[in-house]
Amino acid sequence: MDALIKKRIKQVIKGDQDAFADIVEIYSNSIYQLGYRMLGNRHEAEDIAQEAFIRAYVNIKSFNQDLKFSTWLFRIATNLCIDRIRKKKPDYYLDAEVSGTDGLTMYSQLSSDSPLPENELESLELQEIVQKEILKLPEKYRSVIVLKYIEELSLNEISEILDMPLGTVKTRIHRGREALRQQLRYV
Amino acid sequence: MKCEEEIVELMHEYLDEEIDPQNEMILREHLKGCKDCEILFNEYKKTIAVVKGTSRMQAPPNLTSKVMARLPKEKKKVGMQRWLRNHPLIAAASLFFVLMMGSVFSTWNQEREFSVSKQENLVVQNNTVIVPEGEVVKGDVTVRNGTLKIEGEVQGDVTVINGKQYLASAGNVTGQIEEVNEVFDWIWYHMKKTALEVIDIFDENEE
Repeated sequence: MDALIKKRIKQVIKGDQDAFADIVEIYSNSIYQLGYRMLGNRHEAEDIAQEAFIRAYVNIKSFNQDLKFSTWLFRIATNLCIDRIRKKKPDYYLDAEVSGTDGLTMYSQLSSDSPLPENELESLELQEIVQKEILKLPEKYRSVIVLKYIEELSLNEISEILDMPLGTVKTRIHRGREALRQQLRYV
Repeated sequence: MKCEEEIVELMHEYLDEEIDPQNEMILREHLKGCKDCEILFNEYKKTIAVVKGTSRMQAPPNLTSKVMARLPKEKKKVGMQRWLRNHPLIAAASLFFVLMMGSVFSTWNQEREFSVSKQENLVVQNNTVIVPEGEVVKGDVTVRNGTLKIEGEVQGDVTVINGKQYLASAGNVTGQIEEVNEVFDWIWYHMKKTALEVIDIFDENEE
């Protein structure tokens, strides 16, 4: 896949816009996922994903082709998420649980025709709780946790994406892990 | 936590998958004997499993088309280049065609003026070339954009481009008589001429 990405990037740099569609297709899920876990709702996740891809397209000439494209793309997307979190009002997190469920609330699930089996209901409930707890993390811990455990990236990649030393990434992951443990140990 | 920071640090090293075998032994030994640390360690592992276990989100299906629609417009030139890349044969053929037609028409237009091959005893009156009665013209006669009247004798081929030739009853042409009027005839004439020239070169080489 890396070879395909490299080829598409070369085409895009030459000015072939259509080649960019494949790049978007390949990374759309992971970038959307990043936005959803960082910001807590589908609308903003989609917004951030679109913005990240457009920025990547516009700045593609500044991308060093010897490096990993996904790292570069994640850096753009993560920075957009962080900017947005910082611009938000601090009390945003209080209503995150409403916007985070966005069309997938427990109630709408319950009122649907076929009732969910007990265990599926529980797993859905757990999903909501985990998402809520991730969103409660301060932004600097949230980004490392999402990149590490949702996007499953290596510590080195995370250090490149966030442009911070490996040691800082580790410390933040440890603190994020500790905060999540305290909230999630009884679920 | 009652246990030392050191053990917690080792747990994190383990969870980061960066622990060395020696430290892993120390950690395992400690966990066997320390209930508190074992619980803590399990809570960490469970937390990670739960976070990793969140379902993967699918991007909206039209995300790609929305992004593509919002990209800044690409330059016309590029669209053309892509078309050329996708249709190399047609591109090459049409480029050849355009160049060829261009050169053909430009030569055609250049040669609108009256001209005649130079032979001493040809008489030129306005746009009419006359081979006078009783005269013998040696060599090929070519007339462009004019009329040729043959009353004497031509020892060679006669070619009239964009004009008429009249052969009087007393006139005589030893070679071929050819009239070229249409553009395509003219192209054909040029091709034949070129081909004959090529053959001539070979003939000369053989001699």
